[in-house]
Amino acid sequence: MSDVLLPVCRLADIPMQGSRIIERRGDPAGNIAVFRGADDRVFAIRDRCPHRGGPLSQGIVFGAKVACPLHNWTIDLATGCAAAPDEGCVPTFEVRIVDGVVAVALPAGAA
Amino acid sequence: MNARASFVRQRLVVVGNGMAGIRTLEELLKIAPDHYDITVFGAEPHPNYNRILLSPVLAGEQTVDEIVLNTREWYAQHGIALRTGVAVTRIDRVRRVVEAADGTRAPYDRLLLATGSHPFILPVPGADLPGVITYRDIADTEAMIDAAGRYPNAVVIGGGLLGLEAANGLKRRGMNVTVVHLMPWLMERQLDRTAAGLLRGSLEGKGLAFRLEAKTEALVAGDAGRVCGVRLAGGETLPADLVVMAVGIRPNVDLAKAAGLHCDRGIVVNDTLQTFDPRIYAIGECVAHRGQVYGLVAPLFEMAKVCANHLAGYGIGRYAGSQVSTKLKVTGIDLFSAGNFTGGPDFDEIVLSDPGSGVYKKLVLKDDRLVGGVLYGDTVDGTWYFSLLRERRNVAEIRDRLMFGEAHLGDTGHQGQSRALAMTDDAEVCGCNGVCKGTIVKAIKEKGLFTLDDVRKHTKASSSCGSCTGLVEQLLMAAAGGDYSAPPKSKPVCGCTERTHQEVRDAIRSQRLLRIADVMHFLEWRSPGGCATCRPALNYYLISTWPHEAEDDPQSRFINERAHANIQKDGTYSVIPRMWGGETSASELRRIADVVDKYKVPTVKVTGGQRIDLLGIRKQDLPAVWRDLDMPSGHAYAKALRTVKTCVGSEWCRFGTQDSTALGKSLERALWRMYAPHKVKLAVSGCPRNCAESGIKDVGVIGVESGWEIYVAGNGGIKTEVAQFLAKVKSADEVLEFSGAFLQLYREEGWYLERTVHYVGRVGLDHVKKRVVDDAEGRRALWERLQFALDGEPDPWHEPQRARVDLRQFEPLALAP
Repeated sequence: MSDVLLPVCRLADIPMQGSRIIERRGDPAGNIAVFRGADDRVFAIRDRCPHRGGPLSQGIVFGAKVACPLHNWTIDLATGCAAAPDEGCVPTFEVRIVDGVVAVALPAGAA
Repeated sequence: MNARASFVRQRLVVVGNGMAGIRTLEELLKIAPDHYDITVFGAEPHPNYNRILLSPVLAGEQTVDEIVLNTREWYAQHGIALRTGVAVTRIDRVRRVVEAADGTRAPYDRLLLATGSHPFILPVPGADLPGVITYRDIADTEAMIDAAGRYPNAVVIGGGLLGLEAANGLKRRGMNVTVVHLMPWLMERQLDRTAAGLLRGSLEGKGLAFRLEAKTEALVAGDAGRVCGVRLAGGETLPADLVVMAVGIRPNVDLAKAAGLHCDRGIVVNDTLQTFDPRIYAIGECVAHRGQVYGLVAPLFEMAKVCANHLAGYGIGRYAGSQVSTKLKVTGIDLFSAGNFTGGPDFDEIVLSDPGSGVYKKLVLKDDRLVGGVLYGDTVDGTWYFSLLRERRNVAEIRDRLMFGEAHLGDTGHQGQSRALAMTDDAEVCGCNGVCKGTIVKAIKEKGLFTLDDVRKHTKASSSCGSCTGLVEQLLMAAAGGDYSAPPKSKPVCGCTERTHQEVRDAIRSQRLLRIADVMHFLEWRSPGGCATCRPALNYYLISTWPHEAEDDPQSRFINERAHANIQKDGTYSVIPRMWGGETSASELRRIADVVDKYKVPTVKVTGGQRIDLLGIRKQDLPAVWRDLDMPSGHAYAKALRTVKTCVGSEWCRFGTQDSTALGKSLERALWRMYAPHKVKLAVSGCPRNCAESGIKDVGVIGVESGWEIYVAGNGGIKTEVAQFLAKVKSADEVLEFSGAFLQLYREEGWYLERTVHYVGRVGLDHVKKRVVDDAEGRRALWERLQFALDGEPDPWHEPQRARVDLRQFEPLALAP
């Protein structure tokens, strides 16, 4: 089962230091959040905090990190891992930006 | 590999493998992990251990292994070259090399001296006999344990903190112990005569013997050459197979002095912990800072933070000295002392003395501020008194209750427990995060935690609502003794800066800063984008200081203030429309019912603020829900004016003296859309029966026959606080002006996330009265500034563009087919 690189939006469609979500109905692992940092780097991670499943897409973005809106865990957007001493990781997805279009390597299957 | 690592790494050599040096390294590794190649020399053969816990080891309550703070693996993981059992003999400052006893040499770019202190040895005949030791390290402790197994009699010279802990430990190990003390009472540097008398009584109850005002003349040798007695001035000789000298310590400055560094009582350092040689820093018990030498561990943690920052090259932060407190670590004896506890003619003393039940408390005040105290037998409130002392809080308003402590004020969430030590291990301390006492104690011991912040990070206890902070501090203090490090009194906003909330507010005003980036630049923020803690605070400070000028940054707000609804645990939202003064109508209720049906709202709940909460709404549906409700935003999600709760008042109520509902509605219409440091709740009652519960609101108004009474800074939340009387006025217009002026003062002076109760507690009710009640012109100006700020403020539900609501957030991305 290979991942498919799919265009999801233009870079400008994602708020600076903000996010958008890709809805994954029927995917038991949940939605995917696409973040845009202040330096225009884009990251895609599973929209579920490893702590209690909070929607990370709704958190405050700073640097290449997001603070979960439920209990303030800090998740590194590049690695998907929680900052110490908290422990846990969420899956990350490869992102490519070509001519201002953001493409995410989505797991094959339900889209 | 990051950018910094591509430079040639500098070499940092640390002399002293104790708590001071290693704590500094820990702080350094946190902020600049790749800056240095680090070598540590330690004269003892052990890795860094918790020296505070030697007494429990001596008493047989803990083992040496249990008190190790950093294992050898820790040093290896961080690439630190550790040389234990190797004393440094010389510093060559010209060649920048240290030389060790085993002949090795280590060159340095920066040198950190953390050489601690030497125990003082009495210059009496026989001081060098076998069986005469000091009490400083693991070797001393092991020598005492060994002697206790072989000999019957011990004498401890010195009735201070360390001497008594040594005496207690030796007694617990079965020896006959006599304490010889030069002064008329024990622990004279920490206790007054009365408390010391009680202490002596309970130690005698444990079997210790005392000789006070006794001068040691000589130590006598027995047949085998080992010490066998202590001869006192006056002729008495006490039998002693072991003599422990605990008569004080002095900073170990030998190495520094020999290297030509300026020393007086200790190695002299400036506020950045730098010695007179700019490449050499010094920290801990070996330093003299502003003429002060510290013999306790607590100041280390503040020093270490500052020193690490400068070693990392950030150059931010100053060490300004520490207040210290003391707690005796003898199981079963509760003793706490801090500050000036002796008092004198210029001081007031509040004393509670109940020798029968073994309780003695003395608080010393000057100018309505706590300057010191001694607690014996009941030390539960030690941490609270210590924080009042450190923060120099004005206690005029609580003077009459001060002696009875903080406990009776009624925190919630932990079954009314206020004595952490009396709790069982499985009792819950932190009700928010479900953390038991046992978990916290275990973490403190095993992970070597010393500060409240450490405990919060590792256990989550006290990290949410904070109501159990006092309990956690008690546990820290019990585990770490007097060396528990209380947080510094001026707390930085977050880890991105050393600046306090007040400094940030002042800079924004005086420098006319209008953007978050400008604040961060001007105040030299360490992390360029800030973090989830500082950005919301900065955003609030900007828009409250410069309304209509500073631009709101929604991305720096918590999700609730970005989505204008309240996020729930499952990621759905709750929506609460505004109902002026808690009144509604048939058409509003019909629209609400239609929304509940149309969007399949799972839960509809009446709130405590007299409104209706629709729970479980999907984020995508929010804009449509707002449109269909066609009611104003209730701001139930914001640090802003929430509700104005009212009773029905004179319009219907047979007891009502005033039209509370009408006043409540006009207050709410005047104040809604008002952002504040934290949420703000109001209430208006029409008579003193107070059905709207005005006594626990940020602003509570109570109608009486002759007008209105205004109360402020009440709180119904984490800790119930009764609102304080501000003023009595005649007309409804005056209520608006006084309430508005008070809230504007809070908006201008409050720190982010500080409720009115804490704000007023910090600045004092007198200050508020001076600005709002006594100064009529100033009051009108405050009220006008608030009206100016609120003028034209949009309703985010119905004017999203003007309120800068990013509507894209409500639409999931649609994938191309």
